[in-house]
Amino acid sequence: MSLVVAEDITKDYRVGEMIVPALRGISFEIEPASFVSFVGPSGSGKTTLLNLIGCLDAPTSGRMTVAGADVGALDRKEGAAFRGANIGFIFQDFNLLPVLTAYENIEYPLLMVQNIPVEERRRRVTALLEAVGMADQAGKRPDQLSGGQKQRVAIARALVTSPKVVLADEPTANLDSKTAHTVVELMKKMRDELQTTFIFSTHDQKLVDEVEILFRLEDGLLASRGNGEG
Amino acid sequence: MMNLFKIALRNLLRYKRRTLLTASLITVGVVFVLVFVAVSGSFKAMMIGQITDAMLGHIQIHKQGYVASIDNLPLNLNLNAKTAARIDEILGSQKNIEASSPRLKFGGLFSNFVESTNIRLNGIYPDREFKTVPLLTSRISEGRKTIAKGEILIPALLAKGMKVKVGDSVVIVATNKDGSVNGKQFVVAGIMEGVTGPGGRDGYVHIEDAAEVLRMPELEISEVAVRLKDFDRLQPAFQDIRKQLETEFRKGDKFPLEIHTWEGLSPFFNIARMLDIMTFFIKLMLVALVLISVLNVMMMAVYERIREIGTMAAIGTPPGKILLLFMMEGLSLGVLGTIIGGGVGLLLLFILNVAHITFNFGQQQGLLLQAYVNPMDFVTIAVIVILVSVVASLQPAFKASRMEPIVALRHV
Repeated sequence: MSLVVAEDITKDYRVGEMIVPALRGISFEIEPASFVSFVGPSGSGKTTLLNLIGCLDAPTSGRMTVAGADVGALDRKEGAAFRGANIGFIFQDFNLLPVLTAYENIEYPLLMVQNIPVEERRRRVTALLEAVGMADQAGKRPDQLSGGQKQRVAIARALVTSPKVVLADEPTANLDSKTAHTVVELMKKMRDELQTTFIFSTHDQKLVDEVEILFRLEDGLLASRGNGEG
Repeated sequence: MMNLFKIALRNLLRYKRRTLLTASLITVGVVFVLVFVAVSGSFKAMMIGQITDAMLGHIQIHKQGYVASIDNLPLNLNLNAKTAARIDEILGSQKNIEASSPRLKFGGLFSNFVESTNIRLNGIYPDREFKTVPLLTSRISEGRKTIAKGEILIPALLAKGMKVKVGDSVVIVATNKDGSVNGKQFVVAGIMEGVTGPGGRDGYVHIEDAAEVLRMPELEISEVAVRLKDFDRLQPAFQDIRKQLETEFRKGDKFPLEIHTWEGLSPFFNIARMLDIMTFFIKLMLVALVLISVLNVMMMAVYERIREIGTMAAIGTPPGKILLLFMMEGLSLGVLGTIIGGGVGLLLLFILNVAHITFNFGQQQGLLLQAYVNPMDFVTIAVIVILVSVVASLQPAFKASRMEPIVALRHV
């Protein structure tokens, strides 16, 4: 059974008096434990699509099903609960909470979203800190970390709740090529270990080279679906 | 909850200067209100003490209609001997009464054998009067601090105007309620000043002398002044006395007595009420200060952290927790301002008390300003500040919790 099913999805934005179509009837399916990327030029609809899968936005028409749930039909509270249980996010700008340490940032979803007991939290956070190679930086705040380190923490935060899907919007855009490669390798390793589905949007050719399934978007339409080189 | 509180505190510390500025504003407000409440309260308590302890007593009992005509000192509205004796018995059985003093008041003619003028006289039992209004003796500026039968205490202005000194003989002439005139010679035992200065036309004689001047076959009483053991229990004591007297004297819908606390007898009560109103408005200003400060800082906090709010919401933080987080920041600001303000305020009051600031009121020289804040007032001020801080953060917190994550994440 597919993890993500998009059925004839459209999404329009209103800009002043004008209606701007961002997605124009897109359908696809993504299997569990995939390593998938949406590529395409700016304005092609990559981020919009990720937002729809991530239950941050609702389609204008069509149906987006993630882990069996019609995410477009969820209200604010249900959406928050669904995201907290099923989806991890990795942002281009890392979006770590600046007042929390690396450890606390990773712990945050377990504590504030899932209310996991302290011992279990400690076990999961420590394991992920080790896995992303940040155990020795656990007590540092985001402003004391490099871009690559921040993105490692963000990956750990996205994975700590054992989500079914991790969505990453341009995850390597703010990293140098060497760090970007390390981060991609890390995500792939995490996918292999945890069987989590990773879905990206990217411009980065190096990341494109690593993915297994590639969806190419053009002008809000799905131009092609192919196998990547990863 | 503790974790939310921890994050809230860290967020406040993140903007140290702004937090410090807002907390300082709240602190200044709390200090100002505390000092004002303490000093005005102390001043008010002292003034009330002077008026009740040097003249009025805490409660007075009269025959119905007497107070309305009190300026005329009507002899036909006195309490008869039987009623006065029963009132005395009832007051004597009350545990919360320290002392009571029956008074026979009348107007008369004061003569130094050369010229004459009018005078208001209070016939008293000296020992009972001095127990009921213990500061009365402090008003006697010359002569003995008491009177015996055949002696009179006269007001200072009258003594000066009539050139009468302590030890001089004077005559009091008065008309009784039947219209006949009588006179009696007195020796001036002392010269006394009014509560608020040298004015006033009230003199004091022994009550038996007063009855003699007025040719009363049996002693009548114009008023009974009452002193309570605990002034803070004025209203309950007043109700107790009223209830007892009503039980004894009420016949159907007719009650022959009227009972008043000092509040109903002295115009100073209005000044005391004005002080209370001023205190209320000062507290209102504190509310406005806290409301505007906290609202402003929390609105800025929400505006500056839109992307952060978006991230928290995207991760799955329930809207209720985001609301609580921002409310806790407001609460923490209020608590911080209250703690610092309370500490500084109490320190200032301590310094004021150690400095031994004195002032004069009437004959009372060097009254010590004892700035004291009632613990209940302190708690009220703290609760007001903290509650207002929470209320002020409610709107920004609600705004944060209702933010669409996708819109918040796009915010630059």
